[in-house]
Amino acid sequence: MEFEAVIGMELHVQLKTETKLFCSCRVEFGAPPNKNVCPVCLGMPGVLPVLNKKAVEHALRVAIALNCRINRESLFARKNYFYPDLPKGYQITQYTTPIGWNGWIDVNGKKIRIKRVHLEEESAKTVLEGDYAYIDFNRAGIPLVEIVTEPDLTSPGDAVQFVKTLQTLLRYLGVSDADMEKGQLRCEPNVSVRRRGEEKLGTRREIKNLNSIRSLERGIRYEIDQQIKILSSGGEVERATLLWDEKEEVTRPMRMKEEEEDYRYFPEPDLPPLLLTEDFIKEIRKTMPELPHERKERLIKEGLREYDADILTRDLERGRYYDEVVSLTSDPPETAKWVITELKEKFPPARELAWIINAVKEGKITRNAGKEILKEVIEKGKPAEEIVKEKGMTQVSDEEEIRKLVEQAFEMHPEEKERLFSGERKLVGFFIGEVMKLSGRRANPGVVKRMIEEMLG
Amino acid sequence: MEIVNLFGWEIKEKIERGEISEKEVFDAFYERASSSSLNTFITLAEGREEKKEGKLRGIPFGIKDNILVRGMKNTCGSKILHDFIAPYDATCIERLKKEGGVILGKTNMDEFAMGSSNEYSAFGPVKNPFDPERVPGGSSGGSAAAVANLEVPIALGSDTGGSVRQPAAFCGVFGLKPTYGRISRYGLVAFASSLDQIGIIARTVKDIALTLEVIAGYDPMDSTSSPEGVPPYSKIIEEPCGYKTLGVPEELISGCDEEILNAFQRTLEILQRLGHKIVRITLPHAKYYLPTYEIIAMAEASSNLARYDGVRYGLRVEGESAEEIIEKTRMRGFGPEVKRRIMVGTYVLSKGYREEYYGKAQRVRTIIKEELEEALREVDFIITPTAPFLPFKLGERKEDPIKMYLSDVFTVFANLAGLPAISIPGGRINGLPWGFQVTGRAWDEENLLTFAYHLEREGGWSLRQ
Ligand SMILES: [Zn+2]
Repeated sequence: MEFEAVIGMELHVQLKTETKLFCSCRVEFGAPPNKNVCPVCLGMPGVLPVLNKKAVEHALRVAIALNCRINRESLFARKNYFYPDLPKGYQITQYTTPIGWNGWIDVNGKKIRIKRVHLEEESAKTVLEGDYAYIDFNRAGIPLVEIVTEPDLTSPGDAVQFVKTLQTLLRYLGVSDADMEKGQLRCEPNVSVRRRGEEKLGTRREIKNLNSIRSLERGIRYEIDQQIKILSSGGEVERATLLWDEKEEVTRPMRMKEEEEDYRYFPEPDLPPLLLTEDFIKEIRKTMPELPHERKERLIKEGLREYDADILTRDLERGRYYDEVVSLTSDPPETAKWVITELKEKFPPARELAWIINAVKEGKITRNAGKEILKEVIEKGKPAEEIVKEKGMTQVSDEEEIRKLVEQAFEMHPEEKERLFSGERKLVGFFIGEVMKLSGRRANPGVVKRMIEEMLG
Repeated sequence: MEIVNLFGWEIKEKIERGEISEKEVFDAFYERASSSSLNTFITLAEGREEKKEGKLRGIPFGIKDNILVRGMKNTCGSKILHDFIAPYDATCIERLKKEGGVILGKTNMDEFAMGSSNEYSAFGPVKNPFDPERVPGGSSGGSAAAVANLEVPIALGSDTGGSVRQPAAFCGVFGLKPTYGRISRYGLVAFASSLDQIGIIARTVKDIALTLEVIAGYDPMDSTSSPEGVPPYSKIIEEPCGYKTLGVPEELISGCDEEILNAFQRTLEILQRLGHKIVRITLPHAKYYLPTYEIIAMAEASSNLARYDGVRYGLRVEGESAEEIIEKTRMRGFGPEVKRRIMVGTYVLSKGYREEYYGKAQRVRTIIKEELEEALREVDFIITPTAPFLPFKLGERKEDPIKMYLSDVFTVFANLAGLPAISIPGGRINGLPWGFQVTGRAWDEENLLTFAYHLEREGGWSLRQ
């Protein structure tokens, strides 16, 4: 019996704003516990929320980038439940009217539909130590966008690609670092399995606590296998929320859906409706950065191979660096080669790499010398031009000088010279090598080859 | 005249002229408040802040114990906050202090402002200054009784369904609930956020006008506060008032006690003699006012009171798990009336019932708002008694919530529609005070206060003692 999986995703993304969603406490990663707190985010009596405009802009950017329809008027709502890390006993979120809805994103040529994009506040963080639970309210009130997809994914690999694509997108937008390990991006896939060809969806289960791409992949794979096992043995999948156990690599039920909570949503009376004017939306659209797919298309149009364009799209930092260098070299393929293959973590100032690329192109230095210079530029922070001068690494292209070196090489290897002149042409390479050695690798190999061939007649 | 008999604005003028000192004023009221037998204050200030210039220089204020004053206890009349020290000043307190106002203490109230008799306070009931066996009204009973008993010239209260106006009427003083959004709610402990508004209680309209002009106005900390301009009310009210048209909603007041209705009738006659016009108006949805109010108020309250969980501040009853701590703390910390309202509020928001109750109430609220705005296009003010009965005996209605809720029958519509309304003392019936309520158009405190001030001076309703 053939089965197929149907997967939807719910993602929570921490927005990179200066301050929290409803108060002016700083948003800071790694601050000492309960440093960035105030009466508002601690849910003290009498406090009221004041909406952070920057967070709205960020959420709107996400909604626009995900091709969503935008609600000109959206309401905030209270989601009521008790939990020690929820200071007010309710979370301010959006319910009936999210900022964005009905969008889509292209993931490797497949269209994944986006159900909704909305803004809400983060809860505090519970830290368990021994018999006690400690609560860090630094996290309480950090702005989140929640992104919910339709069940358009069909495999763990699909889900991984989707999340990676989204991560890249969020980083492009500058709205989040979207680091899963740091909890800046959290995925809760819902998985169901059905017999291939069947229309009706199976019972779905949500998986929580997937803290890395690897866990995401394994968690979904595990759950698909579980459901297939249940179905093929004639059983029925029960609705549940599952927790991924990273160590054991299994899911465990957190709660069965029978005890599904009733959040008693109602409109937040402390906040007026959020009105997004045409002008405001226009302004945000105008200031949208280049998006990943736009960037890739541009790079290909500029003459890069798809493979290179892809790397310079996914790795935004490298991509931006490439942009800077290429503006000084005007040679996209050559620049891409250098930026992709010759640089690891540390990037030298763009003008230095550009100088090296240009110098190689103009024949001032050899490619190998260029690589060595680049290493020194990165290590010592010296300008490339200075290193070249110090070491006398300028390439020799002067024909007279090279002719002398060729003659010197002939003298050193009379036997090989004899064979070369009697027609053993493959020895040209041998003598090019010898001349390069004699020149301290500074000779222009093209000129050397030409001189030898000239001398052969 | 003794200092405690002075109005707030008179105190300020006398201090400015050097006739009395801030200390004399503070001590006189402190003495009276601390020796009061009415249980009006939960906390009295430990001292007076440095004297300051300003519109309220040296005037002592009683502050309802659900409006935060930095460094002072803020109990909300509840066990669950019995030891909670306010970490910041409410915006209105910040503004009072800036103009030289002095905080005398925090006044007693029904727990979390839920009640109409002040009997639901964890710190004991407040007594009516006119008859200690009777209630002062609620929930701002401490504020109203303190003003009536000359323990403080002016007090702040909060009004969600009549909690400033009804005790003002029961204690024979003036009580204003301004337009929703007029005074910042930042620092007012929320009961029902879409209905709550800070109100002012005093023995003269002029003190109310003076206080309002200081504490009203937009506050960036309250997104529901209005940028509407704040005129200098204390000057404006001195200007001529003109003749007004007042609408009497017959079907709303028909259920009123006979004695109140008679007194109200005589009041209307006086108003006519003064040249004002009295007309009947029809409010077809009047019978839905109270139920609509109750559903919305309790729904919002059930959510607003969720933060009292014993985790961060206030009472904590220990337990084996977080869940148990929360449950036990709330079980022990809240009184029966608060629990009742949380339960009803939770119910009306629950899946399967939300549409039928909360959803419907919201739609009816819109209709009520339109109906009242419509009526106020025809007349300048709507006039009713403030409460349908006289101050009742302690214990008389405490065990019967339905009878208790009836106290609000004439006052809730101003909250549902966000309109400004003032209770004006109408004199005595059998030695007990009663009041009538005048409701104006949104943002038109100007005309409302001017009208009330002129009645105070010309209608024989002055409280000068
Ligand atoms: Zn904060």
